[in-house]
Amino acid sequence: MAGMKKPEFDVPELREIPVIPPIVIDAMAHSKPFVAKAEHQKPLGFPGELVDDWHDRAISKMDELLGKYRSLQVFMDACVKCGACTDKCHYYLGTADPKNMPVARQDLMRSVYRRYFTFAGKHFPALVGATDLTEEVVEDWYRYYHQCSECRRCSVYCPYGIDTAEITMAGREILASIGVGQKYANEIIAKVYKIGNNLGLPGPALADTLESLEEEVEEDTGVAVKYPLDQEGADILLVTPSADFFAEPHVDGLIGYGKVFHQAGTSWTLSSHASEAANFGIFIGNYENMKQVAMRVREAAQSLGVKRIVVGECGHAWRVAYSFWNSLIGPFDFLDESFPIPQHICEFTYGLLQRGALRINKEENDDKVVTFHDSCNVSRGSRMGDKPGGQFTVPREIIKAACNNFVDMAPETTLEHTFCCGGGGGLLTDDLVELRVKGALPRMEALKQVVDEYGVTHMAAICAICKSQFTKVLPYYGLGMDMIVSVHQLLGDALELGTEE
Amino acid sequence: MSFEINGKTYETDEEGYLADLADWNPEIAGHMAKEDDCDLSENHWEVINFLREYYDQYQIAPAVRVLTKAIGKKLGKDKGNSKYLYELFPYGPAKQACKYAGLPKPTGCV
Repeated sequence: MAGMKKPEFDVPELREIPVIPPIVIDAMAHSKPFVAKAEHQKPLGFPGELVDDWHDRAISKMDELLGKYRSLQVFMDACVKCGACTDKCHYYLGTADPKNMPVARQDLMRSVYRRYFTFAGKHFPALVGATDLTEEVVEDWYRYYHQCSECRRCSVYCPYGIDTAEITMAGREILASIGVGQKYANEIIAKVYKIGNNLGLPGPALADTLESLEEEVEEDTGVAVKYPLDQEGADILLVTPSADFFAEPHVDGLIGYGKVFHQAGTSWTLSSHASEAANFGIFIGNYENMKQVAMRVREAAQSLGVKRIVVGECGHAWRVAYSFWNSLIGPFDFLDESFPIPQHICEFTYGLLQRGALRINKEENDDKVVTFHDSCNVSRGSRMGDKPGGQFTVPREIIKAACNNFVDMAPETTLEHTFCCGGGGGLLTDDLVELRVKGALPRMEALKQVVDEYGVTHMAAICAICKSQFTKVLPYYGLGMDMIVSVHQLLGDALELGTEE
Repeated sequence: MSFEINGKTYETDEEGYLADLADWNPEIAGHMAKEDDCDLSENHWEVINFLREYYDQYQIAPAVRVLTKAIGKKLGKDKGNSKYLYELFPYGPAKQACKYAGLPKPTGCV
């Protein structure tokens, strides 16, 4: 049986001056996640196993997607092979496998597209790099569309704005539609349908967990901060990743949100029906599943009768909420339209800070020198506040309000140029640990630089995946797993509770 | 996948988690720990037993803070933290201890 010993692979060395690695062909050809079983596929509307007519069904699915998503058609046609993206992917930089160059990953699909959907490719395939959809090609798709975290860093540098993530999503959707889904993502989505969240945390367990948190916070602070569940008539429904209930350092962020709501005097509630902000439907590129997962939030908001929806620290959840909720589960005419719909917890907190409504003792964090990891879906797929770039400034302003010592990492690794943590896009699973460790290299190098130069002790993030990924990979690079913290942990620790005397 | 103890075969998933919770017995935990070069002490057993009790009641492993609090009560406050749990279960208390306890692997962004 499989033990838990660390897998055998070389952990990359942290270099002072990162250089682009020479290619190593097939360096990661062995990497692929577990395939979903029938029990993970069927609840999502996918066939339980590889279908007999997989070839024809894959091509007809591709045809459907090209018609449904005009962007995909443009991305298939527009690439001129300029090479600007080649050295922008953390997985290429960490693994040196040329198929992890974004253009090469896209070409796995583009070459098939040419063969079946273009005149030249139909008649002169060899001249235009068109290939038949063979079993080998399907296997390559499965491997390399699960070595892309859909972080969209490469798209920032593409002169045509090709969104590689959309191609990965299409690849995964075609694979799932012929019966070859990914276990990690699909098992989780099936769990959301059955139990309400990615973890499979049932309502009574959630209630017990929140009660235990209330005791802990009261013991620590002497103040009875509440973490309400299913409270009808509350003003705010907080939708947060279920990792916030379960794991460290996530839970310290949840404790922080509760303290902020307490100090604001706002009535709020969590929901056992919508006990998950994450939406893995986006990772597998499937609109129907994305919609079905998101719908639970609308249902909970309506049945609890809340006026506002606030989203906790979760990267892709915020992208889905900010960019897609309105068309997925809107209109939101039942909410109070004088507030942003939806609102990020950082926007909520920042608003209070700007009004001087929170008393902060920054000295509580004087033992720390903090940096901030921009999460890809927040940075490149959303915004916060009322100014361009608010998704970068708002979380930083919260950290700076709570900490005296803040430094940013190198500019080519932050803001819209941020590197993925290495575990995003549905890849945060132990069967991909080699990929995750290697893909974290660019972020680890940037972090190490500020550790050495400025004595950085902590890196804050606003994404559950980033937090879990860093907890796992930091030790591989000789850094402490507890360096990674939630933004609302920093704030919560410095927040003075109670009323002024 | 599967493994065998005393002539009896036990089914597992791809990562060695027991397929059927009802199959579990203490020998299984010992066998799994041995595969990881881990000797199960009394303190390991406190964690494993708590996980099983909690799962029995709630059909999920306890959240980390619920677990550390319970272990702190049983073994002393200095041990009621995740640093100590990582000492016991270096591959991560949630995953490694759940595996020995016969529980399914926690899923999600954890």
